[in-house]
Amino acid sequence: MKPTEDDRTPMTGDPNARADGGTPEIPLTSVSEERVTRRDRLEDSLAERWETFLLAWSDWRFKIGLCIILGYVLVGTLGVHLIGEPTFYDGGKWDKPFQGSENLLGTNQHGESILGSLVHSTPDMLLMLLGGAVFATSVAAFIGILAGYKGGRVDSILTTLTDTAMMIPGLPLIIVIAAIWEPTNPIVVGILVSINAWAGVARSLRSQVLTIREESYVEASRIMGSGSLSIMRRDITPQLLPLILINFVMSGRGVIFNSVALYFLGVLPITSAENWGVMLNEAYSVGAVTSPELFYTLLFPLLAIVLLSWGLIMLSQGLDRVVNVRARARHEGEVNE
Amino acid sequence: MNYFVKRLGRAGITLFLVVAITFGLTRLMPGGPVASMRGKLRRQNPSMTTEQINQQVQAAVGVRPDSPLYVQFYNYVTGIFQGDFGQSIALSPGTPVMDLYISAIPWTLFVLGTATLITFAISVTLGALLAYKEGSKTDVGLSSISIVLNSIPYYVAAILLIGVFATTLDWLPFQGNRTLETTPGFNIPFMVDVLRHAILPMLSVIITGFGAQMLGMRSNSIRVLGEDYIRVARLRMLPTNRIATRYVARNAILPIYTGFIISIGFILGGSVILEEIFRYPGVGRQFFAAVSQRDYPVMMGGFLLISFAVVIAVFIADLTYGLIDPRASAGGDNEAY
Repeated sequence: MKPTEDDRTPMTGDPNARADGGTPEIPLTSVSEERVTRRDRLEDSLAERWETFLLAWSDWRFKIGLCIILGYVLVGTLGVHLIGEPTFYDGGKWDKPFQGSENLLGTNQHGESILGSLVHSTPDMLLMLLGGAVFATSVAAFIGILAGYKGGRVDSILTTLTDTAMMIPGLPLIIVIAAIWEPTNPIVVGILVSINAWAGVARSLRSQVLTIREESYVEASRIMGSGSLSIMRRDITPQLLPLILINFVMSGRGVIFNSVALYFLGVLPITSAENWGVMLNEAYSVGAVTSPELFYTLLFPLLAIVLLSWGLIMLSQGLDRVVNVRARARHEGEVNE
Repeated sequence: MNYFVKRLGRAGITLFLVVAITFGLTRLMPGGPVASMRGKLRRQNPSMTTEQINQQVQAAVGVRPDSPLYVQFYNYVTGIFQGDFGQSIALSPGTPVMDLYISAIPWTLFVLGTATLITFAISVTLGALLAYKEGSKTDVGLSSISIVLNSIPYYVAAILLIGVFATTLDWLPFQGNRTLETTPGFNIPFMVDVLRHAILPMLSVIITGFGAQMLGMRSNSIRVLGEDYIRVARLRMLPTNRIATRYVARNAILPIYTGFIISIGFILGGSVILEEIFRYPGVGRQFFAAVSQRDYPVMMGGFLLISFAVVIAVFIADLTYGLIDPRASAGGDNEAY
């Protein structure tokens, strides 16, 4: 937006006082010379992203959230190589945590190291999170933006679809499908557990698009004859990106909640013992919940889930501030001009 | 009127879609219930004719495998709207599905209905209170606590609550809905006993659920407090209580109310996990028993029942929304999100 503003200033002023000292021209032709190349646009957008990131980074919640998530990613990539896979011979049955040096977090009823199980569950959990969040957010963005921008009949059909999907209780539906289908691939599981998570996101994106579509630059694009698709892609989606990102993070959290629950209940087929939900299931089935001595076998997987979920919430809250600050800055900018 | 018709239509579409989903899952899914039942019957009774097998399948799941698809669908839908959900095939073979659920429904409604209402009441009250005390220590403290609580999945909270109140302190029972010694009816020991059993399941919904709605109410109230009409109301020397309830709360509550409506479906769907953890004999536990036995008719019946409950609850909530916000029922397309 900025370059065009600069271009226009000389035209409105005295035509002889041109900045480049060239001969005065007919104003309209001089505009067409200054084409914004693709590279310029890329640089601009990268610089803007970097500024947004710095702005977000200044928020402590974003910092904490990002560090926690990066921590989980490190554990899922590097930690898997540093800490050995859990076996039945890691230690005795139910070694207490923080006692010996060998198994830091103790062992479960099979003698498997709890720390090892936690670490080796992480890659699959992250894949699940990513798969589910990408699915839910992209469907939501597509439907929400299309419904909001197009309006009319398209809107009413898509909104009805969204409202309906939102009313269907997700968890029982997921359980029914999981019981019949029994998926094992973590990404497929992630997509399955966010089967109607997109609906709420689509609705909030739609209402955001409703305000953006009335902005003057969108109208300008429409008058210039840009197609709906290119307007939605170039003009509307970039404005929504922070909001989409927040919803991405929150749907990731939903995926973790639901998939752990399904593994905990034993609805999904157990492919490997290395899964936080399966760990909970095994600990629960031997009565760890009613015995204070064994409670640690439940506690550590629980902490892993809660910490990840808290990190995701912190991240989204930090991002939320970015959205609002940008809105405020835009508003102030208009006032100053 | 338009509003009423629209909501009724939406509820109808949702019901139809839910039934279509269960039909699709039962009939069309490869390796799904009908296919697996026919295979099982054929294996167990090699002497059975195809006709007999088809009759048995029809009794259980309500469709005849050899009739055309639209006839199957028609029979299925009419059966369901006459209250015929089919027969159990594994849990207690031959029993109508409805009979298995009928005694469970009141318990689920009691525990989760009460919990939902309490959550809503707490979050609205606290949120309004925090808005008035914005920036104070209470505000910062309670907001941070609620974010942490909100990042705990309700089933994790359930396990932790059992660990603290049932195992360690031994104050409350952790499973079932009542002790066998009490006689059901309107006598004090029975009601106290039922309440004591219901406290932990309710608590796990309430303490993990109130945070999000409370923060929403808080930020809405803060926004409303800055509006001009509040200043005018103050200048008119209206009593503070009247401003707080009639002006601030009423306007701030509207966006929360939609969130509340959405949470109904979420909480009812969550009954599956919660009742399984507490071994509480409600709809969710029956549904889960069916899932683990792969009793498809009971499974589908449970999903349908939970969906119907959600649709009815949302419909009622929608109608009351029209009462709270006159704009919703008067205005055409300007829905308040």
